[in-house]
Formats: sequence, structure tokens, C-alpha cells
Amino acid sequence: MGMTLAEKILARKSGKQEVRPGDYLTADIDLAMAHESFAGAYLNLASAGIQKVWDPDRVVVVLDHYVPAPTERSAGIHQIVRSAVEQLGIKHFYDEGRGICHQILPEEGHVCPGDLIVGADSHTTTYGAFGAAGTGIGMSEMAYVLATGKLWFRVPSSIRFQLNGMLPRRVMSKDIILHIAGKYRAEVAQYRSVEFSGPTAGSLSVDGRMTMSNMALELGAKFGFFEPDEKTIAYLETRVKGPIDPIRADADVSYEEVYEVDVSGLEPQIALPWTVDNVKPVSEVGEVAVNQAVIGSCTNGRAEDLEVSAEILRNKKIHPRTRLLVFPASRAIYQEALRKGWLEALSEAGASICPPGCGVCFGAHMGLLAAGESCVASINRNFRGRMGSNDARVYLGSPATVAASAIEGKIADPRGY
Amino acid sequence: MKVKLIKGKVWKFGDNVDTDIISPSIYMDSPEELREHAFEAIKPEFAGEVKSGDIIVGGRNFGCGSSRESAPEVIKALGVGAVVAESFGRIFFRNAIAIGLPIITCPRVSEVFEEGDELEIDLKGAKVRNISKGKEIQSEPLYHDVLDIILKGGIISLLKGMQKNE
Ligand code: SF4
Repeated sequence: MGMTLAEKILARKSGKQEVRPGDYLTADIDLAMAHESFAGAYLNLASAGIQKVWDPDRVVVVLDHYVPAPTERSAGIHQIVRSAVEQLGIKHFYDEGRGICHQILPEEGHVCPGDLIVGADSHTTTYGAFGAAGTGIGMSEMAYVLATGKLWFRVPSSIRFQLNGMLPRRVMSKDIILHIAGKYRAEVAQYRSVEFSGPTAGSLSVDGRMTMSNMALELGAKFGFFEPDEKTIAYLETRVKGPIDPIRADADVSYEEVYEVDVSGLEPQIALPWTVDNVKPVSEVGEVAVNQAVIGSCTNGRAEDLEVSAEILRNKKIHPRTRLLVFPASRAIYQEALRKGWLEALSEAGASICPPGCGVCFGAHMGLLAAGESCVASINRNFRGRMGSNDARVYLGSPATVAASAIEGKIADPRGY
Repeated sequence: MKVKLIKGKVWKFGDNVDTDIISPSIYMDSPEELREHAFEAIKPEFAGEVKSGDIIVGGRNFGCGSSRESAPEVIKALGVGAVVAESFGRIFFRNAIAIGLPIITCPRVSEVFEEGDELEIDLKGAKVRNISKGKEIQSEPLYHDVLDIILKGGIISLLKGMQKNE
């Protein structure tokens, strides 16, 4: 019997012919990624008396979570990271302002189909959009990977979401993944590998696929794959050095579960506080006034997201009650949005354009909420207290939904724009 | 390698004990306070009464939720000798191993144990025994590399050891 993408990649990386769900193995890591978490991993490494990493070329470090440094403490963490990177000879270091790790890695050609990538960040599943097995690990394990280039894995079982139908206008891949979270709940992929497939998966842009692989983690997934196709290759070709492996799952694979999802007629979806799977179609949300609207993050801060937001907001003004924050996922995207006039349109409408980085997404700085405030955001989590006060409410939606909501000052349906 | 048996008194928990229950986020910046409040929402007496060497028996999906390493850490800090459950949340399972907390998956464990029973684990042989009732059940065997990490006291101690041997 054939193997799924997860099984194929884990078999290859551990030098085995065949692996099955539940098997344990030790695999060679293609790439290790850390952000500010590198400071902790480095200190762990140093405490074990280790002064070098297994292969400095296979380590990528990105400063993105606290940029520009909001406190003296975070500036200190950045200082540790910068000197560690220099001491260990890590060349692939992206200092503050370059962008969010999960955008930078593919953008700069560090992600290849078939790669096994670990990151000291939970949303490392994003690289599945390119057929790479990306998954999050803790800081102690990261220290081990940095020292040895290896890590143990348990082969996950695999499930497949077969996506059919054509997405209606102004309905985005974010709405598909929110719909899946709402319908099948947040544990549907616990300890399993997800494959998104079917005609709709093929019709999504690379940007749109990244949103879904990113949020596969919110379903509990270890990996969140799309099979590479001509769009993947077109994106990677100019960025990746060396050949690109068009890895696919075998045809005769049996999945633990296959879910059919028809997206034709899908409404824009909203996740209500305080879980990602507390989802309703926008028409059933009712009147929800918003004090803040946020477009950006590693989930939805890409070109496609800024373009649709600019289309909706061009020649309009945001509601006087609502603040709008935009943070592009990388400097390259920021510059593209500058050249194409998207940032101008957003700024004219009343948005504050923030530097590329994580910022408000995890409640560290740049736009926290007061008690009693509500926010609609294109990010991936709405847990209680994640964006400031424990008594603030965060609603998740697509960038189109956030843009429309900024205009109306309340959660709004983007299909009218 | 000879592996010692782990023996202790059982504290029993149900299904879906999440990392917020184990390690409530409001106490997370203080390890001392966290030790006093671990599991408070479902078993407030646990943190005060647990004895060094006691063993946690959980149901399905033990440790589901966030990736915080503080969850297995507080269990270890309270002196718990091992965690046995029917299944685990993925990152909790990995983090427990990474910090050297013995952890073992044992699908029927809730049926076989009551609170206070004496439990014995043979990590290498993948067996869990109820000494009080004289029953033995099979657990999922631990991968040799995983067993090695646990026995060395965690992944950082393992690295230290590897350095010395080089
Ligand atoms: S943008 Fe948000 S979810 Fe993405 S890496 Fe940054 S903090 Fe995490």
C-alpha cells in the first residue's frame, strides 16, 4: 500500500523504505527555524556546553515577534540572538523589519517540497503549503536539533480534506479553514497530518494555501500539506537553489478519514471569542461593533490579502469608531504594496501602516485592546487575553471581511464591496 | 541497559485535561505559585497532597492545548514519578520527554486503576501493573531514543552526556 505525504517524507528522512502511522523513528532535519525563541534555544545549548551547531547553513533565524523592540527586555533578547548568530556562524539571519518568519522562509527560498522543517514556533505547519513537512517544537528540543541535526518523530496518521466547488467573490481561503474548524472542531486533526486536496485546493493561490496550512495547526495538526503543482513551482523556481522535487502522496493511499468540503456558496466566516472553532457565517453574527480592525500576520498579511483590502477600502473612509492597523507579512510584500498603490489606498482610508512583524497578533505591542473592546482581525487565534485585556473580544475573519468591517464600524459582509 | 521500575500511588484524572488546567496561565510567571495551583480547577487538593513518587493516571487526550513547557515541568516539580494516560496531546507528550518526565501511553489504564492504587511501570518492557489488584496491562512501547532521553533526565542532560563522551 502507498504512503501519504507525511509517511513519505518521514521515511525518506529516516532512511526507511516504508513507515506506518504509530511508528517511531529518528529523522534528519533539513532546516531548523527560530525567531526570538533562538535566545532560549541558544542558552539551552550553551548550558549543555555546546558551542557549535550541526550545520550553520541549515539554520534560519528571524527577529519578528518584538520588532522594533518595545521594551528594554526585548531589546536584550535581540542582543543575545544577534551575538549568538554571529558566534555560531549562522548566515541566514533576518534582522528586525525583514518580516515574519513563516513568510520569510518560503520567500527567501529556504522551503522545498519534501523537506522536513522544524521551527520553535507552533505555526511552522505553514510550509506544508509547499509540500514541506513543517512542524513546531519546544526550545529544549530545538537545542537538540541545533546540536545534532536530528530529532525523533512518531509517524502521524493522515486525514484528507477534499475541497470542491468555486469560491464565491470576496470569499477567501481563510473562510474555508474557519468553516472547517467550525464544522469539524479544533481537535479534528489532533496528532495527525492533514492533506488539503481536490480541485479547489488547486485553484487557490500560493498565498491562499499558506493561510490554510498555517491554520491547520489550529485543528491540532502536525503537518498541513498541499501537493506541489505548477503554481508551487512557479513561486519557488526563482527563489530555491537546486532542483525542486514535486513530491506527491501515492495514489493507493488510504486515509484515516476523508472529509468532503464544498465551498460553492460558502459565506464569509467569523470565529467568535474565545476559540478558533466557535465559527458562524457572517450573516448569523449579528451587530458587533468593533473598536479595532487588524489586517496582517503570517496568516493573512500577503499580497493577495493587501490587494483585496485595498480594493475594498479604496476611496472610502474607515468608521470613526474604528481603528485600522495593517501589518504586511514581510518587507518585500510591503514594497510590492507600496509600488502597486495598495498602501496608499489603505492609508487614505485611515489605516495605520505598521512595520512587518508579529506586533499585535500575540498581544505583545502595537495595538493592544482595553477591557470591553472588540476587534476583528485576519490573524489565526482569538484566545482570551491574546490581544491585550482578558475582557477584550477578538473575532477572526478574512482580510476582506476585516476591511469591510473597518468601513462599517461593525462586523460586516465583504460581498457587498 | 538495566531500567529501574517506577512505582507509586495513583492520582486519577479524566479525559481532556488541558494545559491550562495543569498550568494555569495566570501563575505561569512564578514557578512557586504555579506549583501551588497546578490542576486547581479540577482537583484543588492535588498540589498540596501529592507526594514525591506518586503517579498520574489520565484518560484520553491528557495535556491537550498549548505548547507551554511549564505543564510537564510543574508536574515534574511536584515530584510526580510518571504520567500514564490513554492518549496524550502531541506537544505535551514531546515536552514531557524533552524534560525527562517518564510518560507512557496505555489505552486501557483508566479501567484498571482506582485512585490510591499502587502502580508499577516497566518502561522498557512496556508494562503497567496494578500491584493492589494484581493486574498487568500492556502499554505502547517507547521508542529506544525516547526511552534514552527520559532515562538521561531530559534532552539537555542527554546533550551534556554526549559532549562528555566525544
Ligand atoms: S504573526 Fe502571529 S501567529 Fe504568526 S508567527 Fe507572529 S505571533 Fe505567531
